[in-house]
Amino acid sequence: MTAVDTVPRPAKVGSFRSFMSRRASLMPTFAAVAILILIFIGAQMEFGNFITPRNISSLLLDNAYLLILAVGMTFVIITSGIDLSVGSVMAFTGIWLAKLLAGGTSAIIAIPAIVLGGAVIGLLIGVLIQYFDVQPFIASLAGLFLARGLAFVVSLQSIRVENKAVLWLQSTRWHLGSWYITPTGILALLVVAVGAFVMQYTRFGRTIYAIGGNEQSARLMGLNIARTKVLVYVISGTCAGLAGLVLTAYSGAGYPRNGIGTELDAIAAVVIGGTLLTGGTGYVLGSMVGVFVFGTINTVISFMGAEQSWTRIIVGVLLLVFIVVQRAIVARAERRR
Amino acid sequence: MKTLVRHRLFWPTAALVGLIAINAIARPAFIKITIRDGELYGALIDILRNSAPLMLVALGMTLVIATRGIDLSVGAIMAVSGAVALQIIAGSDEPNNIGVVAVAVGVAMLVSLVLGAWNGLLVSVMGIQPIIATLVLMFAGRGVALLITGGKITTVNSSPYKVIATGFFLLLPVAFLIAMAIVAIVAFVERRSALGVLTEAVGINPEASRLAGVRSRGIIWGAYIVSGLLSGIAGIIYTSNISAADANAAGLFIELYAILAVVLGGNSLMGGKFSIAGTVVGVLFIQTLDSTILFLGVSPAQSPVFFALVVVVVVLIQSPRLHRLARRVSQSRRAPQAASTPEEVAA
Repeated sequence: MTAVDTVPRPAKVGSFRSFMSRRASLMPTFAAVAILILIFIGAQMEFGNFITPRNISSLLLDNAYLLILAVGMTFVIITSGIDLSVGSVMAFTGIWLAKLLAGGTSAIIAIPAIVLGGAVIGLLIGVLIQYFDVQPFIASLAGLFLARGLAFVVSLQSIRVENKAVLWLQSTRWHLGSWYITPTGILALLVVAVGAFVMQYTRFGRTIYAIGGNEQSARLMGLNIARTKVLVYVISGTCAGLAGLVLTAYSGAGYPRNGIGTELDAIAAVVIGGTLLTGGTGYVLGSMVGVFVFGTINTVISFMGAEQSWTRIIVGVLLLVFIVVQRAIVARAERRR
Repeated sequence: MKTLVRHRLFWPTAALVGLIAINAIARPAFIKITIRDGELYGALIDILRNSAPLMLVALGMTLVIATRGIDLSVGAIMAVSGAVALQIIAGSDEPNNIGVVAVAVGVAMLVSLVLGAWNGLLVSVMGIQPIIATLVLMFAGRGVALLITGGKITTVNSSPYKVIATGFFLLLPVAFLIAMAIVAIVAFVERRSALGVLTEAVGINPEASRLAGVRSRGIIWGAYIVSGLLSGIAGIIYTSNISAADANAAGLFIELYAILAVVLGGNSLMGGKFSIAGTVVGVLFIQTLDSTILFLGVSPAQSPVFFALVVVVVVLIQSPRLHRLARRVSQSRRAPQAASTPEEVAA
């Protein structure tokens, strides 16, 4: 009996180990899920009324814009690039939308216009990077300055939104018991779903992973590097445009000072979600988990009634832990090679 | 003449002189400097005075970039250092006591030095990419600064502290003198010892310099410590100027302007050779452009559009692809001439 008992056990352990080594890239994402669950349990034990349908529903509502930004950022970071412009682009498209609507433009024209505006700034950044060998950091920095300045060119003050279609995005709540979801939440989840599908199942998505893994090899394989790298920034810009729409709907106004530092929030969420900043590894769904970790920490802080600045410190520490762990994983992989 | 044009500081300096000339033509008062109560007054003096924080931050950034790194946390360190200094002064019984101010400045500088050392630890010892390593502090630093000030804007009324940014000494603004003294010290240490050359070696090829026996770890670490310390001093000057520590606004976007100044000064972002004089010219250019934009009646909030254009133009000028294109154009212009000479000979 003992022999029968002991035989399958090593096999099981072995299969678990081989699963882990084959899926080593999933490890950081699993860690993020574990952290999210831990925060939830801890907060529930501390406050007693944390895990409620209302709380979790508002988590999606409050972080819809960040979720959309994080999806675009994931695309960029997996090609081992970075896009610092998203926060400013979101502010620019948001205030531009408010201005257009205040000027009497119909929402059917205004919304595509601002999303296109975001995409054009992304295109500029992508072209600078791909065709003029500018570092992603610097090129997107130019995008950041441009969009922030344009936001103030559109308006120096905040502009209230009266348009019914845009306000509908935010104020409509579809209930299921005490759970609810808003059109902005659905939009964000839709962006996540499309992003995850494109990354996982399309030729374009696999090319992004190939570029992040090793750009030289990807080029030698005959993959279309130039088009992919430019498109990645266009996608990020488009997401920033959409985020501008969502944020304007959320706050009911456009404000040119919106989104200062939001690019850092998006990068932090993506990294906590398990995407390697050196590129090549990461998941859109992981970034979603990262955004929820970020949002939950925010909620916990406000539950505790503590200073909101603690959020940045705690997320900064989390960021550090993840970066060090990632560094260890990469170092181990290099040693094995 | 050709060697003058080829000099790496020629184009940055030409751009600065050109900008000042345009300003001088548009408003002659721009270059007018008068003496009042033993102090120099004028738009140019204002530019020198206001450039001090950016000058210090950009100087540290120059050293970090020379080691192939980048320091994104400078703005956050400015915010922390300013918050520490003002909190100490505001908490004391006599804010006008020079000893209290000295302690505040000393502690703020010590804190910023520690923060710089933390960045250096992550980069040089743990081997984390500089952008990512300094991102952590860029993210958390402002939170720490907000915590120090209790989420409020701390204001003080301390005349010795106020002197740092607004005082005059020997006709010149104290802030400018502080910045220039530090620039001179750093330039002297880097250029009169082997440190500058070793820094460039680390930036050009870290592996080769390691094999050559250069202790790259200490050099990289040192660059981040200097960058942190200088950012801290910049934070002190900034808060002294407005007598208030605003953790959200202090040093906002200064990392971007500092990087821009370094690049404008003709330094490569790829590390290696660096020019401190170039950075000084770059900083003065940015400050003059800022003043020009203000003069044009553009809201300061909209000025980033102009800076975006400057960034794009500068990176395009540095772009290898554009260089290749320019070379091809100049070659094709020369080629027909070369082809025509044999015909002329034959004729």
